[in-house]
Amino acid sequence: MGKVLLKRRDVVAELLKDRGDTIVVTGLGSPSYDVMAAGDHDLNYYLWGAMGGAAMVGLGLAKSRPDHNVLVITGDGEMLMAMGAFATIAVQAPKNLTIAILDNGYYGETGMQLSHSGRGVELDRVAASVKFDWAARITDMAEVKDLRRRVHARNALNCAAISIDAEEVERVLPSRDGVYIKNRVKAALGQKI
Amino acid sequence: MTRTTPKAEFSNTWQSQIYDVLKEFQIKHMAYVPDAGHATAINKFEADNDVTSVVLTTEEEGIPYLAGASLGGDRGVLLMQSSGVGNCINMLSLQNNARFPLLMLITMRGDWGEFNQWQNPMGQATEAALKLMGVLTWRVDRPEDVEPLVRGAATMAFEGDQACAVLLGQRLIGKKEWTK
Repeated sequence: MGKVLLKRRDVVAELLKDRGDTIVVTGLGSPSYDVMAAGDHDLNYYLWGAMGGAAMVGLGLAKSRPDHNVLVITGDGEMLMAMGAFATIAVQAPKNLTIAILDNGYYGETGMQLSHSGRGVELDRVAASVKFDWAARITDMAEVKDLRRRVHARNALNCAAISIDAEEVERVLPSRDGVYIKNRVKAALGQKI
Repeated sequence: MTRTTPKAEFSNTWQSQIYDVLKEFQIKHMAYVPDAGHATAINKFEADNDVTSVVLTTEEEGIPYLAGASLGGDRGVLLMQSSGVGNCINMLSLQNNARFPLLMLITMRGDWGEFNQWQNPMGQATEAALKLMGVLTWRVDRPEDVEPLVRGAATMAFEGDQACAVLLGQRLIGKKEWTK
């Protein structure tokens, strides 16, 4: 039977179910809208730019907050701009960091040009080759549920490339105010602003 | 201490003052791209169990890394060479928009006495490029200025949530470092 691709909003909603005090970093574009659509949260750090920076923000959080789950939700294009970061993150190997790549194989924000992953580059295999503890391609909802379990288990550095369909969905926009979003996360983590 | 060893003498150099000042500011993260001019600080941080040392593949990674560490409540520093400043330009929009503290200590190439002219274009553009992106900059060419300027930049970065860079000139580092 032909494989039915996952829907991005279903995947993100499942990953964020009963999230507890999981800190979430989003890559610019659709992943930010997907996380917002699942429900705004004080522990969401949305990026609207700084393309290629989401995974490294996640690493900084994971290293400074070893007591929290840190989940980076980003796109294939954003992560392709951070190929070196795979290596940097693997060397640090924090056990509380998961990178979830919503991989539709396209640059959606700029008019649906094929990305490198759409041309055959396997980002989960990049993560595996630099020795992430766990790296996989995810194609069904049972595997998404398992990934959610891994986020909360906090016992491995994880990377999943999640095959999603390229359908455009309604944009649900989080705040673009970087200082506000920053201060909200810091306050939620008990820091003085 | 009664011994006067070369090591004890060495701890008074500007190189080790950088480490001491950063420790005073309770730096918990040191992100770096390896550089001979920063070797002393890098070695001291790597040996320091209270500090997470993060070797980067490109300087650009250091900016979101330190932003994440800051979100988590920790202070950090980015040690790098001037040739890496160009790699950071768009990523500096993160600091610009979210006003994270950022402290960059940058050893200069293509600045003075440079034997490899391929370093000159970025070296000559380093300070202007940082300023174009809203980073506050200070140049150091004399050893006695290192400690106060690093201290001043760290104060403005961490107390005022500013992006600050101290440029360590080749006249300070000495061109001998660069010729093998």
